Amino acid sequence: MRIVVDLNRCQGYAQCVPLAPDVLKLHGEEALMYDPNPDDSQRQRVLRAAASCPVQAILVERLDDTEEGATS
Amino acid sequence: MNTSTMVTALVENFKANGRIVIVGASLAGLRAAEGLRNEGFSGPLTIIGDEPHEPYDRPPLSKQVLKGWVPADHTKLPRLRAVDAEWRLGVAATGLDRTSKQVRLANGDQVPFDRLLIATGTRARPWFNPAEAALDGVFTLRTCDDAARLQAALAAGPRRVLIIGAGFIGSEIASVCRELDLAVTVAERAEAPLIGALGGVIGTIAAEMQRDHGVDLRTGVSVEALEGDAGGHVRRARLSDGSTLDVDVVLASLGSIRNTEWLEGAGLASGFWGVACDAGCRAFDINGVVTDSIFVAGDIARAPHVLYEYQFLSLEHWDNAVFGAEVAAHNMVSLEPDRRPHLPLPAFWSGQFGVNIKGVGVGPFGDEIVFTQGSVKERRFAAVYGRRGRIVAAVTFNHGKWLEYYGAMIERSAPFPPPPAGFDQPADMQPVPAQFPDPRAPTALPDVVLTGHDPTERGAEFRSRRR
Repeated sequence: MRIVVDLNRCQGYAQCVPLAPDVLKLHGEEALMYDPNPDDSQRQRVLRAAASCPVQAILVERLDDTEEGATS
Repeated sequence: MNTSTMVTALVENFKANGRIVIVGASLAGLRAAEGLRNEGFSGPLTIIGDEPHEPYDRPPLSKQVLKGWVPADHTKLPRLRAVDAEWRLGVAATGLDRTSKQVRLANGDQVPFDRLLIATGTRARPWFNPAEAALDGVFTLRTCDDAARLQAALAAGPRRVLIIGAGFIGSEIASVCRELDLAVTVAERAEAPLIGALGGVIGTIAAEMQRDHGVDLRTGVSVEALEGDAGGHVRRARLSDGSTLDVDVVLASLGSIRNTEWLEGAGLASGFWGVACDAGCRAFDINGVVTDSIFVAGDIARAPHVLYEYQFLSLEHWDNAVFGAEVAAHNMVSLEPDRRPHLPLPAFWSGQFGVNIKGVGVGPFGDEIVFTQGSVKERRFAAVYGRRGRIVAAVTFNHGKWLEYYGAMIERSAPFPPPPAGFDQPADMQPVPAQFPDPRAPTALPDVVLTGHDPTERGAEFRSRRR
């Protein structure tokens, strides 16, 4: 699956981190590091993490199938 | 049928049957395509990109990818909706004919359009000596292919990494090198890292951070030559202070070059600082006349900004690509009374040495700085930049939750220095000179630049290339 975090919007609340610790991590006190294309097995955890974000900075793919442009 | 009904019918017809071409298949291009479909555009849409990859996110490349946590091809951007486009990936646009309304591609194809979005962005500025730049072990970082190669070179355990240029990218990579426990030298022509974007006061703090983390930071020097071994691999660098360094990896992080070459001869106001456009993303032609059918978004756009005396602002920021693309998409399928401005408050972030650096506004527009909250010693603080008694920018180190507060002050041109925040005040709240370098000095260019008032601005950017 694919996600992107708007790190301008992210305030480092880190609510997401314990919900999907393999995907979202805190680097230092407030810088978020994340895996933009985590394994599909993480989907439920990532969706919960995205829902928990107080500033809604985590954008999750809204297509099930990304055939378009997937030429590479 | 009255005129307004006819105009409405015209817009509906365009939305159903118009042909839109987007040149540039990265963040701005993708978000513009999604925006067009959100706006109800259902006509044929073509997206042209010179890289073979579908749209991916670049900020992770200098951080989690180089660190080895995320593979370089794992930063593909999430799709926020179906765009139903024809993707022409791996083939660059090489020309624009505004009379016949066609984009020319490197393979000779011509792609016709009714409306065009220019989102070709920037590329990494290469090392100035082509023979030295071609040595194995010499890198730049812009694309995911660059990141894959550099990550492999760092993972191979080089004796020493040399980073030339201490802007954000160079500093972030130096940070990753230290996390990987690699010996790293940073050579910067100016007096401190990040000085072009944040000035010398903050640059001094950034320099301390680098040295505290074991970076061999050398300022006020330039790299004069790179030398390779018999196998063509870089092994040594010669610096302007007469010293030499034994290095196995060299990263040139010298800022970016805007991808405007393909527009030469098209008669647009394009050049060194990008393609000039109005605040509604419409491109200016070479005479400063706004075009009706050509729009610009992302790193390559250069537009006048109300907060900065209407100077044309060039912004290589992530959210400028996102928001600019949304506005461009809206305006491409809207007529005059419905068009919207793209007037972003510039905002950026950078993670390095365990510190989250964030900023809003245009620091180099200011000439003074004052620390307003927190502690420099603990590297947890906020500072604001002022010019003629007004706040024009703010920067935070591990203090990002307060940035919105300062952003709101910038948006209303609040007085500088601001009244104390009422919380966590530093001992010294005296404004001091921000120490920005002379803009003509050769250093890493900041990624937000005021480029003057004139859309063509002959002084710096309107320059036809040698043929």
